Amino acid sequence: MLKQIEGSFAVAEAIALCRPEVICAYPITPQTHIVERLSELVRTGDVGNCQYINVESEFAALSVAIGASAAGARAYTATSSQGLLFMAEAVYNASGLGLPIVMTIGNRAIGAPINIWNDHSDSMALRDAGWIQLYAETNQDAVDLHIQAFRLAEQLSVPVMVCEDGFILTHACEQVDMPDSEQVDSYLPPFEPVQVLDPAEPITMGAMVGPEAFTEVRYLAHHKHLRAIEVIPELSTEFEHIFGRNTGGLIEPYRSEDAETVIVALGSVVGTIKDVVDEMRDEGVSLGAVKVVSFRPFPLLALREALQNAKRVIVVEKCLADGLGGIVVGSVRMSLRGTSTPVYTIIAGLGGRAITKKSLRRAFNEAVADRLEDPHFLDLDWKVIDHELARSQEKRRSGPIAENILRELGLVGGKPV
Amino acid sequence: MTKTAIKKNAGKASSKNAFDVMSYLRHDLFPHFLCPGCGHGIALRALMWAIHELEIDKDRIAIVSGIGCSGRLGAYIDANTFHTTHGRPLAFAAGLKLARPDLEVIVITGDGDCLAIGGNHLIHACRRNLDITCMMLNNEVYGMTGGQVSPTTSEDRYTTTTPLGNTEAAFDACRLAEAAGAGFVGREVTVQTPTLKNLLKDAIAYNGFSFIEVISDCTEIYGRKNDLGNSPEMILSQKSQMRPNSYGGVIVDEPFRPNALPTGVLSTNARPEYGETYRNAMASAKRKK
Repeated sequence: MLKQIEGSFAVAEAIALCRPEVICAYPITPQTHIVERLSELVRTGDVGNCQYINVESEFAALSVAIGASAAGARAYTATSSQGLLFMAEAVYNASGLGLPIVMTIGNRAIGAPINIWNDHSDSMALRDAGWIQLYAETNQDAVDLHIQAFRLAEQLSVPVMVCEDGFILTHACEQVDMPDSEQVDSYLPPFEPVQVLDPAEPITMGAMVGPEAFTEVRYLAHHKHLRAIEVIPELSTEFEHIFGRNTGGLIEPYRSEDAETVIVALGSVVGTIKDVVDEMRDEGVSLGAVKVVSFRPFPLLALREALQNAKRVIVVEKCLADGLGGIVVGSVRMSLRGTSTPVYTIIAGLGGRAITKKSLRRAFNEAVADRLEDPHFLDLDWKVIDHELARSQEKRRSGPIAENILRELGLVGGKPV
Repeated sequence: MTKTAIKKNAGKASSKNAFDVMSYLRHDLFPHFLCPGCGHGIALRALMWAIHELEIDKDRIAIVSGIGCSGRLGAYIDANTFHTTHGRPLAFAAGLKLARPDLEVIVITGDGDCLAIGGNHLIHACRRNLDITCMMLNNEVYGMTGGQVSPTTSEDRYTTTTPLGNTEAAFDACRLAEAAGAGFVGREVTVQTPTLKNLLKDAIAYNGFSFIEVISDCTEIYGRKNDLGNSPEMILSQKSQMRPNSYGGVIVDEPFRPNALPTGVLSTNARPEYGETYRNAMASAKRKK
């Protein structure tokens, strides 16, 4: 049914249709609306037999989900930013134990300096924690990927993060085709755990493993992700049969087959990029895009195939590896290994800076002319950078950088120290 | 300024200059973000007033705050301020105080910051007894994220995550701090601003860990949702729900108001201040060498 709905509420209603048995959460912007809505849906009985627990921290939230999942319950939590980092230990624990928890990440920057707006620093920090990571472009994607996430998680006994851009998606009201419970029930069978804590058949979870077997345990986790590369497109196809919508599986190419220049990106920015592709195509630039839906596992072969005709590749990403450049680009380069295709990185949208079509066009044109420096920081204010660097060279105690820049920009009073 | 000098000022009624709260605030960050009717501003005023009467130089003060509405207060104070991560201000403050024992370190935190995500740091700060003053603003809710249940939300109250009414018991933060070994523990409501100011003066002057719970009000989100009235009604009912004991005296049980929380100085625990203990131990270890 078509609904005009806030992104967070759409996700909450999709989660409710998946009938989790335990939901635990701690408030953090911009994820909070999801769990607030879920608490209401639990109260009204719309989630079925579900217990909602308010916990004292994100660390507790995921730990509660781990306990619930170990006891055989379908468990769900959601977080953002610092909250995800705070639960990091439990994030690894859940995947190590093979517990099929689904967690929404309302993507948000990480401080210091404190910033509540969107980028991908949070989920990227935990990209190699053994969880599958799916990135949504739209709120429709977010709804559809969550339903697939439970199925994927439970089929492979591996936890799944569904990442959606904070504010841009979570707080945006747009049209979403909401599935009904019959559709979801036919796609997602009740959770049958592979292993469960049961007094009748006692097992030990989380046993200590020494050097004699640790590598094998870790390899098997790797193997699950390799399996996921096969399973994700299958589940996506099956999803399309029931719901009539295609989420793309691992990747979704957009006018890229014959394109000389192909842009690779993930998340909501892909929508903007598609518009730019259309506009620049109309002007005669041979441009295309590929959306990465599954960042972990990374679809090395599928992406290599999608990029095989490209003369150059541009990766647009909302995260930064200090001193290195992009994070996503590392995996893209790996998929292109052995080829001589030049790859450019555009770091954009950090801490919620708007990524405009105008700025993207400028950067894409530079790349098409092979003049773009790598990495390129979209819309970076070099004047501010130069002033701050000069200040810090002039005197050792040049003051906190964040406050200095706010002063320079006139956003707070006083002059830079 | 030495602790003895601060203590001397704590006994005095007022300082030589009239108190002007604006001279302690950063005007460049105005308008502030607190909602109309929020009690946090009153608590901030009381804290600045206490500092004024103690005659502590602003440059000798380090304010450490966490995340939440309470955490934002630090930004408005014209002193050394450190806005830390959620739940960690007491831990950041411990490092700060050990490195700079000459500074008056004051932590501003909230019920969620201090008792939920940072609860572990609170009990260990109390146990360690470093000379830090912790002002915890208790408004019974996570205000900044829009009104979710906190560890001090009263039972049966509605929040955005307790649509059935809260089914969990609330913390008594002062009893927790006392049991964990805090040197000085007190509680006050915002409407009693001069009393709160005096309590904060004693807490800052105390040489050890002092914990002050300020009963604040979240009118916009929590009050509205629970039909608790506007700010004047909320803060007056907070006052009537409290059980003031004579300042520093013994709490007398009042059977007609059995659930009310006591206010004032609730406990003192004369223990050696940790920083001094540690520095003395180091000095004697060096002498033995």
